[in-house]
Amino acid sequence: MPNKTFFWFFLPTGLAMILFIGLPIISTGIQSFYAQHDQVVKEVKKCDPFGCTVSIVVDNEETSKIREAKPLGKFNGFGTYTDRNHLAVEEIKKFWNETESFGAFVDQVTNLPFYKALIFTLTYCLFVTPNVLLLGFIIALSLNAVARKIRGPLIFGTILPMIVTPLVGSLVLFWMIDSQGIIGANIQNLMNDPYLSLKSSKTLTWITIIIYGIWHHSPFAFVVFYAALQTVPQEPIEAAIIDGASRFQRIKHIVLPHIYPVVTFVALISLMDNFRVFEPIIGFSAEGSAQSLSWLIYDNLVNEEVILFGSAAATSMMTIIGIAILLAPVLIRTWKEFKTAR
Amino acid sequence: MDYGLDTKSTRLKTFNTIFIITWLLIACFPFIWTFWGSFKVRADFFSRSDWWYAISAFNTLIETGGKFTTNAYTQAWTEGEFWKASKNTIIVTVFVVSISLFLGTLGAYALSRSTEKYAFWILMAALIFRAMPHITLVSGYLFPFFELQIWGILPTTIVVLVAINQPFTLWLLYSFFKTVPKELDESALIDGCSYFQAFRHIIMPVMWPGVITAGLFSLMLAYNDFTVTALLLNQENHTMVPKIQSYLGTNQHEGNLMWAVSAVVSATAPLFMLVMFFQRQVISGLTAGAVKG
Repeated sequence: MPNKTFFWFFLPTGLAMILFIGLPIISTGIQSFYAQHDQVVKEVKKCDPFGCTVSIVVDNEETSKIREAKPLGKFNGFGTYTDRNHLAVEEIKKFWNETESFGAFVDQVTNLPFYKALIFTLTYCLFVTPNVLLLGFIIALSLNAVARKIRGPLIFGTILPMIVTPLVGSLVLFWMIDSQGIIGANIQNLMNDPYLSLKSSKTLTWITIIIYGIWHHSPFAFVVFYAALQTVPQEPIEAAIIDGASRFQRIKHIVLPHIYPVVTFVALISLMDNFRVFEPIIGFSAEGSAQSLSWLIYDNLVNEEVILFGSAAATSMMTIIGIAILLAPVLIRTWKEFKTAR
Repeated sequence: MDYGLDTKSTRLKTFNTIFIITWLLIACFPFIWTFWGSFKVRADFFSRSDWWYAISAFNTLIETGGKFTTNAYTQAWTEGEFWKASKNTIIVTVFVVSISLFLGTLGAYALSRSTEKYAFWILMAALIFRAMPHITLVSGYLFPFFELQIWGILPTTIVVLVAINQPFTLWLLYSFFKTVPKELDESALIDGCSYFQAFRHIIMPVMWPGVITAGLFSLMLAYNDFTVTALLLNQENHTMVPKIQSYLGTNQHEGNLMWAVSAVVSATAPLFMLVMFFQRQVISGLTAGAVKG
C-alpha cells in the first residue's frame, strides 16, 4: 500500500489515539510538576465591647483570583513526587535514622500511602496472575474432555464472571460475603464468631480481593487456552500414548510446549490488567485496608474541596513508569526479533 | 483424528465432572443469587438476624404480602432515575461502537496491507497504549476538559471511549484482516478499483465476522466502563455503572441498597443475553490475537 493511501486510511484512528491517549499522557506529565495554590489568608480585626481580637481567615476572593489567573496551580518541580503522599523522601530518611531495627523501618515505610498502595498492587498482581493462568488452564483441559454437545452452555457459564464490569462483579460477590450475606453469615455461624466480618480484618480483605481477581480473570485465560488446545496436533499425542506416556507427561511435554506463546500472551495481558486494579476496592468498600495505585489517583480526583490534579498526575506518572517496567522485557524481545528478521 | 487411543478411566471422568460442576457453581451462583435476591426486601436479602430469610422471604411476606416483590425495580427505575442512566448508556454505546468500528476497520486494513516498517511500530505503540491504566488517562483529561468547558457532557465521553478503545480494536481487526488473502484486493486494484473501493466492496463483505467480534468488544467496553464515565460525566449524564455506584453512596436511605441490587440485575441481563447470542464471536475475538502469538 502506498504511503499516501496508508496515511489517509490511518489518519482518523491515529488522530484519535494521539489526541486522547498520547496528549493526555503529556498533559499528566506537565500537571505533575504543578501543585494547587495555597489559600490566601488575611488578618481580620474584630472589635467588640470587650476589646479587639485578630483572627486569620481565608480570603476567598483573592484565592479564586489567583486560581483564575493560573488555573494549573503553582510550579512545584519534583516537589509533589517527593512529598509525604508520594515517594516521601524526607520521611524515609527520617525513619532510616530513627528506627532501630530493619523490621521497624519497613513497617514505618509501608505505612506511607504511596508505598502501601504499591505493595497492595504488587501483591495483587503476584497472587492473581499465576493463579489465573493455572485455574484457566485446568478449566480449559477439563472442558476439553467433555462431550462436544454440552460444551456450548458450559463455556457460557464459565465466561460470565469475565463479561460483567469489575464493579458489578465485586458487588455481587460482596453482597454474599458481607456479614449480612449468605456466605458471610454462614462463616460466622461456622466459626462461632458473630463479629467476624470482611471489614474488620486487613488480611481477610486482601484475600477476598485476590480471590475476586482470580474469579474475574480466569475465564479470559480459559478462553484463550481452550482455543489454543484445539490447535494441538493429535499425532504426537497418540505416539506418546503408544510409547506409554502418562496423562501428566503428555501435558508437560507436548501440550504445554505447543501453547507456550499463548501462555506468555495471557500472562502479559493479565499482568497489565491486574496492575490497574481499582474497581473491586470500591465494590468491596475496602478503601480502609486496601488501596491500589489507581485508587490513589481516583481518590485525588474525586477530592471534595479541591481536585488534587498535581498529586493525581504524579501518581499517574509513577504508575506509567511501573507499567513500562512490566512491559520492558516483552518490548525488548519483540525488538530483537524484529531486528533479526531484518 | 481420534482413534480411541486416549481412553479415560472412570475415576478421572468422575473427578472431571465434579470439578466442572464446582467451577460452574462458583462462576454462576453469585449471579443467580443476586437475581433471586433482587425480588426481596432489604431486610431479607441483607438480613441481620438470619440469612435463611433471603430464601423463606420472611420480611418480604410481612412488608408486601407476597413472596416476591418488584418494588426495588420500580423504585430504582422511576425514583432512582435509572431510566435516564440506561438511556445515556444506550446513547454512549451506540455511538462508541459505530465510530470505533468505522475508524478501526479503516486503520486496521491499512496496517494489514502495509509492508512498511512503521506499521510494526504503530502496532507496538498501540500495545503500549493498551496497557495504560484508564485512570491515568482520565487524570490527564480532567484539567484540559474543565478549561475547555467540555467536561460532563456525553459527546466528550464518547470520543474518549472511542480513543481508549482503538488500540484493542486495531489489534483485533488487524489479525482478522490478515486472514483475508491479499490476492482478493490486489485483483480488484488491477481491475481499476481505488484502495477505498476495494476496501468497501471487496474486503468489507467478507469481514463481517471480524467486525461483529470487534463491535461486541467495543460494546462491552462502553457498556461496562466505570472509570471514564464516573469522572468525566456530571450527575445528570451518568451512565448505568456510575449510577449503581451512586446508589451505594454514603446516603443510608432504606431503599437505596436494594436499588443497587435491582440496577445490577437490570444492567447485567441485556449483556448476558447478548453474549449468549454472540458467544461464538466473543470467543473467536478473544483468541484472534492470541493464537497467532
